[in-house]
Amino acid sequence: MIDSLLEHIRGIGRRSIDRVWRMGVAARFFMLVLLHSGPSFRRFHLIIREIFTAGVLSLIIILVSGLFVGMVLGLQGYETLQTYGAEESLGVLVSLSLVRELGPVVAALLFASRAGSAITAEIGLMKATEQIAAMEMMAVDPIARVVAPRFWGAVISMPLLAALFSAMGVFGGYLVGVVLIGVDEGSFWSQMQAAVDFKEDILNGVIKSVVFGIAITIIALFEGYDAPPTAEGVSRATTRTVVTSSLAILGLDFVLTAFMFRGV
Amino acid sequence: MQRATLDLWVGLFVVAGIVAVLFLALKVGNLGSYDNGETYVVKASFDNIGGLKPRAPIKSAGVVVGRVVEIGFDPKSYEAVVTLSLAARYQFPKDSSAAIMTSGLLGEQYISLEAGGDEKMLASGDALKITQGAVVLENLIGQFLYNSGDKEKEPAAE
Repeated sequence: MIDSLLEHIRGIGRRSIDRVWRMGVAARFFMLVLLHSGPSFRRFHLIIREIFTAGVLSLIIILVSGLFVGMVLGLQGYETLQTYGAEESLGVLVSLSLVRELGPVVAALLFASRAGSAITAEIGLMKATEQIAAMEMMAVDPIARVVAPRFWGAVISMPLLAALFSAMGVFGGYLVGVVLIGVDEGSFWSQMQAAVDFKEDILNGVIKSVVFGIAITIIALFEGYDAPPTAEGVSRATTRTVVTSSLAILGLDFVLTAFMFRGV
Repeated sequence: MQRATLDLWVGLFVVAGIVAVLFLALKVGNLGSYDNGETYVVKASFDNIGGLKPRAPIKSAGVVVGRVVEIGFDPKSYEAVVTLSLAARYQFPKDSSAAIMTSGLLGEQYISLEAGGDEKMLASGDALKITQGAVVLENLIGQFLYNSGDKEKEPAAE
């Protein structure tokens, strides 16, 4: 009885130690990537290739989702605001919710499942097929050649994608609010401009998306680099990337919001 | 994929991203509407600022001429000290008066600047002498009830 209880507690302890240990390894991996970033900036076309795979190829899903999120916000917001006779504030509602929260967060969630999983699978497969070991054999540093360009490509892409998502969403809200329902165009934009502050709202949104970009990419790279070199190991690592980075995005978003928008 | 096509796509993507940020800053945000050009700073003390917030607009004749920069409390006079930043192209006489108003019945509060008749103009660092604080709705209702109570009593006393 006591023995089985102790064994349970030991199990909890083992798992906690394992988690903390893995986080430590991930943090060291992050530092390693930063230290080996110099060469990849000297060979900038490597980063450009990664911006293409992580950023340009994610454009369609980001733009379409942004448009639809904005349109739905427009419809739902109008329904509620109309009961208070405040339908002119639709622009404020759509733009503030997009720029502050939905833009960075939803774009990051999409980015984690679209680009993050691809990064993990690619690096995991490279490891499984011993391409990384081969590079080490040829005295090519795999961190500088494979990992760092992917890191910077994704970190550069993420804020741009989040901004495109927000802009597309505002356009979607405009489409539904002004063109479809017929809210006055002038007050739609002017109330929006009066309520949205560049530093307080837009810049903080950009900072959020940069932080999310770093978190997603480092999780994806680490999971890929750390994956057991088997088909099952790579598939598990890909799943873990999506789950862990989605949770990290939501957790980080709460912390950042608490710091940024505590009210004046 | 060809290096040139790759560069083209990435270039287009980066340009589109920057355009999106500019669109957010200029069309959605307020970067285009203020902070352009020179400003000068004046102070005004109010007995009560109500719900005035930093960045609230300062309007004269309904036109936005500046923004509230800072709100402080003076522990000696027990008054609120509001720092106003006005656009340099709008000059106001030294005896201009400031009042805290509400846009609409429940809207946001702003400072209304009424021009005076002085020949000298306000300079940076000056203080506005004539101010009128915010009207607190509760006080107004209290006053109204008090007054109507008086009126009912009067005929009874006669």
